[in-house]
Amino acid sequence: MNALAYDVERVRADFPILATQVRGKRLAFLDTAASSQRPSAVIDAVVHYERTQHANVHRGVYELSQKATDAFEHARQRVQRFLNAASIREVIFTRGATESINLVAQSWGRSLSPGDEILISWMEHHANIVPWQMLCERTGARLQVVPIDQRGELDMAAFERLLSPRTKLVAITQVSNSLGTILPLPRIIAAAKANGSLVLVDGAQAVAHSRIDVQALGCDFYVFSSHKLYGPTGIGVLWAREAVLADMPPWQGGGDMIRTVSFEKTTYNELPYRFEAGTPNISGAIGLAAAIDYLDSLDIDKVAAHEQRLLRIATDALRSIDGLRIIGEAEHKASVISFTLADVHPHDLGTILDTEGVAVRAGHHCAMPVMQFFDVPATARASFGCYTNDADIEQLIVALHRAREVFA
Amino acid sequence: MDLKDLYRDVILDHNKRPRNFGVLEPCDTSADGHNPLCGDRLTLTLRLENDRVSDIRFEGKGCAISTASASLMTEAVKGLDARAIEALRNLVHDTLTATADTALPDGLGKLAALAGVREYPARVKCASLCWHTLAAALAHRDGKAAVSTE
Repeated sequence: MNALAYDVERVRADFPILATQVRGKRLAFLDTAASSQRPSAVIDAVVHYERTQHANVHRGVYELSQKATDAFEHARQRVQRFLNAASIREVIFTRGATESINLVAQSWGRSLSPGDEILISWMEHHANIVPWQMLCERTGARLQVVPIDQRGELDMAAFERLLSPRTKLVAITQVSNSLGTILPLPRIIAAAKANGSLVLVDGAQAVAHSRIDVQALGCDFYVFSSHKLYGPTGIGVLWAREAVLADMPPWQGGGDMIRTVSFEKTTYNELPYRFEAGTPNISGAIGLAAAIDYLDSLDIDKVAAHEQRLLRIATDALRSIDGLRIIGEAEHKASVISFTLADVHPHDLGTILDTEGVAVRAGHHCAMPVMQFFDVPATARASFGCYTNDADIEQLIVALHRAREVFA
Repeated sequence: MDLKDLYRDVILDHNKRPRNFGVLEPCDTSADGHNPLCGDRLTLTLRLENDRVSDIRFEGKGCAISTASASLMTEAVKGLDARAIEALRNLVHDTLTATADTALPDGLGKLAALAGVREYPARVKCASLCWHTLAAALAHRDGKAAVSTE
């Protein structure tokens, strides 16, 4: 075996769940875009913490509390390095990408006035639509939407036209969860910055598949969830430039986010703790740090190359199936393939694939506007991760032929 | 679990050639059903005679389970009064939500073909949408009703 090659079978051995069977069949887990599985390194890190280190953080003077605090803050440093953030003061732990966006909408969003605009794209996940709609209802600001084309590419000309002096924020996904499109962020961010707008990047679908450098990107906010990065659920990150965070009012009130409390006046803690009210998800943060370490050990560039190879193989194999339509054919795609099969409803497809051991997402992928655009009620979606192998794709193709037979 | 337990020939047949498909015009009552999670949509139009369903049609878009369920339902309820329909609806509901080893109740007729849905809890809503919609149509005979499974 070439030392430089990517050994997917060794990677698969790190993920205990891949050895399980579903409905008596080998599991072909092709729903990593919804939530990735966890390697033993992450499971063990969480268990080790729970068994030997747990106490509340930032509070006790006893050794155990110090250990927990150290582990928690080490996780924050790990995230800082992962994102190449300038400081740990810019790394805020949340419950996930959704909560991160809501934090920005509720805190930064208070500065908006009627007539201000927030610009999003047609291919956003509901998590990057609804918080802004709610903000617009509260403030009188307006939501503007950049259209997409039939291949699932962003209409860049329309984007540039929609940028205006009223555009206070461009909130945009890095990778579309329903179409797989990789957006041209450098161009988008450069144009937004030249326009004086802030930029929020939804990195939920990107962090596990590409190197992230928030300083090189030049955005103002970057959000992601741990569970799409081989880490635990219930933990995620909001990164924001310190200069932007400094002007943002606290979001939730409670313990940890304060410096002093009296009934007359409360003063708030420094960054990032000002935005972390209450006891945090300590084991989650530790699991996330372990997931980042794990991904680092695989070399994310090799993982990405492996996934791109699978994307090509799967795309070709799917195209050869009669009646199969791929939804989303952008030039640059992450390893996500949405599709429909003749007149078989995606939910029937999902059920039939399930009986063959193949786990795909069937539905609207929390992107109903995308479904409306392509005039489909739903799609089936296969998505790949570091542990996906050729056998998974072969199993998918066999199962799709089975579905064709059933609905012949 | 065999695929054929869910996608029985009766289901596949009614999906491919739905019975009583279309719109009754004029009609005495109607209702729209919508399952936003799946995008399934269904419109029922009914004619009533002395509290009995004399004719019923459905139109819409959905998965095989929801289409076949609606098709089978229109056949089953023709000629029944509201009380008999309610009893049948409860029977179907119990069948769809029972554990796999429960014996099927009597009186289901062709609707027994839907029993395989029990093994797939995520699909129960697909099979029950038409029955919710029918209940709404009968409950609001003065105007058009709409139901959503969410």
